[in-house]
Amino acid sequence: MSNHQINPNKWIDLYSDYLFNYTISRVSDREMAQDLVQDTFLAALKSMKNFKGEASERTWLISILKRKVIDHYRKINSKKGKAEIRITYNDDSESEGDWLEERVADPFDKTAEDTMENEELGEAIFNCLAKLPEKQADVFRMKTIEGLETEVICNELNITASNLWVIIHRARHAMADCLKENWF
Amino acid sequence: MSNRIKLIFKCDEANHVCDKAQYKNASLWEKITLHIHLIYCNACRKYTKDNVKLTSTIKKSNIKCLDHKCKENMKKELNKAIKETSIN
Repeated sequence: MSNHQINPNKWIDLYSDYLFNYTISRVSDREMAQDLVQDTFLAALKSMKNFKGEASERTWLISILKRKVIDHYRKINSKKGKAEIRITYNDDSESEGDWLEERVADPFDKTAEDTMENEELGEAIFNCLAKLPEKQADVFRMKTIEGLETEVICNELNITASNLWVIIHRARHAMADCLKENWF
Repeated sequence: MSNRIKLIFKCDEANHVCDKAQYKNASLWEKITLHIHLIYCNACRKYTKDNVKLTSTIKKSNIKCLDHKCKENMKKELNKAIKETSIN
């Protein structure tokens, strides 16, 4: 059954932030993440006829993006040549006598569970953001996530400061209600 | 008496200051007046609590998003590609 429709004109507005957030947690480079998201949209456009409508549009785009991220790592690894691991024992006097296990990164620094919970939280936030009217979502995103100054947003979107605060108030109200249902 | 210091907020003013405080845009005096309002206003106390929680949740999530300009560029590229595919 094909329940899901595909509409490339809406992709950037609906999914670009979600895909970008997904990518940046994996490649840790803004420019590279932007390129990968862009590539994903173009690749998705080319293979639109393969979309069967079984999964949602976003899930389908994420599956393409996953492959793009893997390809990216494959490419940089082949540039480097074969991966090489070399361990030097006791190269400085300070750590002399330490067990090897003591030298690896702190395992309690960030656990897999933390990362997973953060990803789910990010997903919940983007889902709520998608439910807001476009203008509210734009203003909220710029002010809260990008952390831009009020004047910058006002200039870019051509609105007054008091207008901005009214929009922010409505957006925050809606976001808090939505997250209360899905997260808090 | 126009420059008299304001000690009492109406609810909409209190909510506005609460919003500004989430972005560190509220002055110290505004924050004090907000807290005076919160002593006796249950509805605003609830709004403030939710608002602060929203701020901390978003901070905790550490989400990133694309800037406006970059999105516009992406849209341009994608629209060009959509046109090309529809011609072919």
